[in-house]
Amino acid sequence: MSMPTAHPAGTDAVRDDLVAFVEQRTKTPVAADVDLFGSGLVSSLFALQLVVHLEQAFGVEVAGPDLTLDNFRTVDAMTALVLRLRAGDD
Amino acid sequence: MSTPRPEHRLAVLGAGTMGAGIAALALGRGLDVLLVDVDDGTLAAARTRVTVALRLARLMGSLPRVDGTGGAAAGGELRTSTAVADVAGCTAVVESVVERAEVKATVLAEASAAVEPGTLVVSNTSAIPIDELAGATRSPADVVGVHFMNPPYLIRTVEVIRGPRTGEAAMAAVAVLLAALDREPVVVGDGPGFVINRILQRMINEAARVVAEGVATPEAVDALFTGCLGHRTGPLATADLIGLDNVVDSLVVLHERTGDEGYRPAALLVRKVRDGELGRKSGHGFFEHGSPL
Repeated sequence: MSMPTAHPAGTDAVRDDLVAFVEQRTKTPVAADVDLFGSGLVSSLFALQLVVHLEQAFGVEVAGPDLTLDNFRTVDAMTALVLRLRAGDD
Repeated sequence: MSTPRPEHRLAVLGAGTMGAGIAALALGRGLDVLLVDVDDGTLAAARTRVTVALRLARLMGSLPRVDGTGGAAAGGELRTSTAVADVAGCTAVVESVVERAEVKATVLAEASAAVEPGTLVVSNTSAIPIDELAGATRSPADVVGVHFMNPPYLIRTVEVIRGPRTGEAAMAAVAVLLAALDREPVVVGDGPGFVINRILQRMINEAARVVAEGVATPEAVDALFTGCLGHRTGPLATADLIGLDNVVDSLVVLHERTGDEGYRPAALLVRKVRDGELGRKSGHGFFEHGSPL
């Protein structure tokens, strides 16, 4: 497998943080695979708050081609992005 | 192959929410921008706001993402100034100061005196008739209204207002500028509130009265408009996005110029503005929005 593999505990920690963040903002239980924008749970303007949170909470920088809504559509997609960007820092 | 950078040099007067947003739109399309405001602190805050806006617009795919090839996608250069006279040499001026006729007239008069006659002068007024503002300038034929929606870098359609004295050359110039900004113009005639705010501000005002009278909660008002009528956002969420201070200013303009009591700002709106509950920009209006970005 060519993609770097993160430790499973890291995956869970990232996912749990993101679920908590989205649930706190939307005041609604959120599944990790639900389309946040398609479901109407959050406005598109909230997407940037997700970007900023991701950067501040996990010490990554989202730029260039990574700055696309598809990377923030679900908690799972955001988790994958964080893990990929962290792996790139190693 | 990268898109070449456009030849426009745009001046934006007023570095508030809309001015910074318009600057971000232009920068993201590769135009160089001079952002002017009387207040240094406002200009400093606008630089941050422009950076955030560019990220949001690129995230949403509304502006080209930086692709490393240079050209328009790399963005224009942002300069700032506290002197309106610095607009000399710009190819177009966009006025976006506070929605008060006397302030806009003063700024437009100063800007039109600084640029070459024939330079496009745009007002982003929400409701003040374009001919009233054009009358304050050296060359009324150069003045066109362009009512950008908030946020201007995400909403493509703009309301373009042709005043009775607006010339053909100015209409042609605004079409070229809006094409460079990738905006979609809808041209309408002049008058208080033009089309959008003549209708929208009255609806927001009535929605605020409905809430104040206890007839419905803000959530219920908006749920009816989104659920029953299919509006993307209800009137009160729209008001929060516009900014309740701007809503009240626009209502005052409409009330003063039409005498129609339906435009007299609702007491609830006035109270919210007095208490600093301005909508998204302050984090709270009719709804909670969290910390402003």
